[in-house]
Amino acid sequence: MASKGIKDQVAIIGMGCTNFGEHWDRSVEDMLVESSTAAYADAGIHQDDVDAYWFGTLGSGVSGLTLSRALKIDYKPVTRVENMCATGSEAFRNACYAVASGAYDLVAAVGVEKLKDNGMSGLTGAVIPSDGTKPELTAPAMFSLLAPAYAKKYGVDTDEMKDVLTRIAWKNHFNGARNPRAQFRKEVGKDTICNAPLIAGQLGIFDCSGVSDGSAAAIICRAEDAHRYTDKPLYVKALAFSAGPAAGPIDPDYDYTTFNEVVASAADAYAQAGVTNPRAEIAMAEVHDCFTPTELVLMEDLGFADRGMGWKEVMAGTFDLDGELPVNPDGGLKSFGHPIGASGLRMLFECWLQLRQEAPEDRQIKSVTEGGRRLGMTHNLGGAPGECVSFVSIVGSELG
Amino acid sequence: MRGIIAYGAYLPYYRLQKAAITAALGTGGGRGTRAVASYDEDATSMAVEACRSTMRSAPEGLTPESLYFSTSTPPYLDKTNATVVHAALDLPSRVFAGDVGGSPRSVNAALRSALDSSRPALVVASDVRSGRPGSSDEANTGDAAVAWLIGDETDGPVIAEWLGGASATAEFLDRWRLPEWNYSRVWEERFGEHAYLPLVTEAAGAAFKECQLEPSDVDAVVLSGLHARAVRGAARAAGVDATNVVDDLSAVVGNTGTPHAGLVLASVLDAADPDQTIMVIHLADGVDVGFCRTTDAISSYQPAKTVTEQVDAGNDSLDYNAFLTWRGYLDREPPRRPDPEAPAAPPSFRAERWKYAFVGSKDASSGAIHLPPQRVSVKGGAVDEMEPIPMADVPATVVTFTIDRLAYSLSPPVIAVVIDFDGGGRFQCQLTDADPDSVKIGDRVSMTFRRLLTANGIHNYFWKARPADS
Repeated sequence: MASKGIKDQVAIIGMGCTNFGEHWDRSVEDMLVESSTAAYADAGIHQDDVDAYWFGTLGSGVSGLTLSRALKIDYKPVTRVENMCATGSEAFRNACYAVASGAYDLVAAVGVEKLKDNGMSGLTGAVIPSDGTKPELTAPAMFSLLAPAYAKKYGVDTDEMKDVLTRIAWKNHFNGARNPRAQFRKEVGKDTICNAPLIAGQLGIFDCSGVSDGSAAAIICRAEDAHRYTDKPLYVKALAFSAGPAAGPIDPDYDYTTFNEVVASAADAYAQAGVTNPRAEIAMAEVHDCFTPTELVLMEDLGFADRGMGWKEVMAGTFDLDGELPVNPDGGLKSFGHPIGASGLRMLFECWLQLRQEAPEDRQIKSVTEGGRRLGMTHNLGGAPGECVSFVSIVGSELG
Repeated sequence: MRGIIAYGAYLPYYRLQKAAITAALGTGGGRGTRAVASYDEDATSMAVEACRSTMRSAPEGLTPESLYFSTSTPPYLDKTNATVVHAALDLPSRVFAGDVGGSPRSVNAALRSALDSSRPALVVASDVRSGRPGSSDEANTGDAAVAWLIGDETDGPVIAEWLGGASATAEFLDRWRLPEWNYSRVWEERFGEHAYLPLVTEAAGAAFKECQLEPSDVDAVVLSGLHARAVRGAARAAGVDATNVVDDLSAVVGNTGTPHAGLVLASVLDAADPDQTIMVIHLADGVDVGFCRTTDAISSYQPAKTVTEQVDAGNDSLDYNAFLTWRGYLDREPPRRPDPEAPAAPPSFRAERWKYAFVGSKDASSGAIHLPPQRVSVKGGAVDEMEPIPMADVPATVVTFTIDRLAYSLSPPVIAVVIDFDGGGRFQCQLTDADPDSVKIGDRVSMTFRRLLTANGIHNYFWKARPADS
């Protein structure tokens, strides 16, 4: 029994996204106010028009009150959502279903994260009392497990692998340099990336996404109502989510060169949207480049490259801003930054700009302006290789 | 006949070159090396390893009825340390486990209890010893563990029969340590010699008489005690032939305190022929003398790892600053990461066989092995068709790995490996006793019991992988 999907039933009519970065002078509440009011303004609505909210944060607050208190929401349903690093996307997905169900006319999905207030390096997890036997690897270490396994399986030597990872980071910094909202807005040379201090395995500091603060929001309504708010809505073509047995770390059949959950959610999303050749049909993809090997593996899991060929496509520039299929034109997690609860909605925000041809000129992708493609993808995952949750959405600027 | 049915010695992987101490401090140190328990080892974890070696060489199906753990460096007070060893060996709950501790002489209390009993007993001794930087103890002690399975012929072949012995006890201040100190104090060396040597003469004379033996009957003499000067004079004081005194491993391992006589005895038994009479003289707050004689059964005895093999496998490239850090003498800046979390008592209690004995579950329908144990199979989804499967002694192969330079560790960087066990089962864990630059896919590893961390005064014991013996 596959998911039936809600293709073309709901539409995004407004979005807001704060700058991402080290916001020492802005609180969670500040960022929620900024992203939400920007989204209201974009959609031309007032907060009172919103019937219900889905609010995503991994750990910057608990319950719907974190949002309703900040925005002074007037006794409406606010659902707090958490699904690891896919939290923002999960808020969006559930908000869309609420509209599609007919329960509400107009809803908001808002995501936020404040990572920089805890004073730690990298991400830190919630503490759940345990027997102390679970491996306590840091996030870069977990994802770095992909690199040697991939290299070994496909005969890529260590230096070549480093070049591939470096090129992914270089590309995402190149894109982020053209994004005024990004945390890192400078191009970084390949030598600098390659020679940076190692964090985990082959991964240096530039192979890791930015730890940052930020918030993003989307306003959603029924597709038939969309033109009451905007001439250029984005229609939701597919919403797919996959949580598996999380058995990679205990199942010898898992080989650390793929995310089974991504393959499953991508297949579901393509079926919902009617996409048969993603590389040819999709204009752009915002993918979960938490670490550079993740983006490499995702190119194969999402069907953008054949198995074992992703690294060659990376080196050939297929996924560059001016490539055949631009991936992370906004700079991705790498350069835009990764405030967890906001990231999924931030990905959607780039689709919002690119498919409606409102991205800054120096990063507006040609697959839309010249290639005539109308579909954008966001891919968001949480967890680690072999034990993750994966979200894939496809949105489009035209019905049908 | 009662005596040793099996034994096993454990030497940690690392050695500190004493010259490294001299180089750093301009004093202390000396020649040779000392054995060093790694940052993730303590007396309890080493005791587990010595017991595992012992039980590997024991007759199949023989379960000790008691477990005595002797150490002068107990990781816990109030809480019994022997129960950790008991759990790690997956012994039945009916088996008694208790600590005998405080001083190096306590090992003889444990051995006497085991020898005086009529039931099989496992005795283990283990110490992590050092001293203040630059001290003689720092340079000349070492870390090790040793275990014996004591029993009657009816329990299994006795490889060394206990012939008897004698003791001499006296109260004098030679070496002492308050519970809150991480170093020992000693009185002037010549005073201890003065106090010890008459006791050696007394105990040895009584032991010869008790066992109706003459010094000329003795094939090998094991001399042990933390008072080096008194130990040097003990052969003469005991009236035994100094040429029969066996090498005490002090040049490579150092003096390991509580387990030391047993460690040297293990090195003798590793190479012993049948019908050899071995005398053990242990100087510790008095003197204990014992005799054992090897039997024909020793010819077919296979130690899991000989002392010599473990001496030869040591890595003497350990930095002095790492040694100081591991022993708590150097308080280094931690990474900007959350403090390590202590394990919680109820989940640890629920998971005892998994956490301590590394027992997974095997799905009867698909054969899939699960680490940790699961109720629902990853293959086929069968529910509650699992059987426990002990995995601690199953070798494994590295599938992929990483070097985590961000994670907190007393000995960064952390090496993390994903390993597949021979015959099924996968686990992700740390690799210890290994060089981060030489890890590769396909490496063979075996499991070792370690103390992962200590937080809130709680030691988190669990298993890690280490490179398999070549």
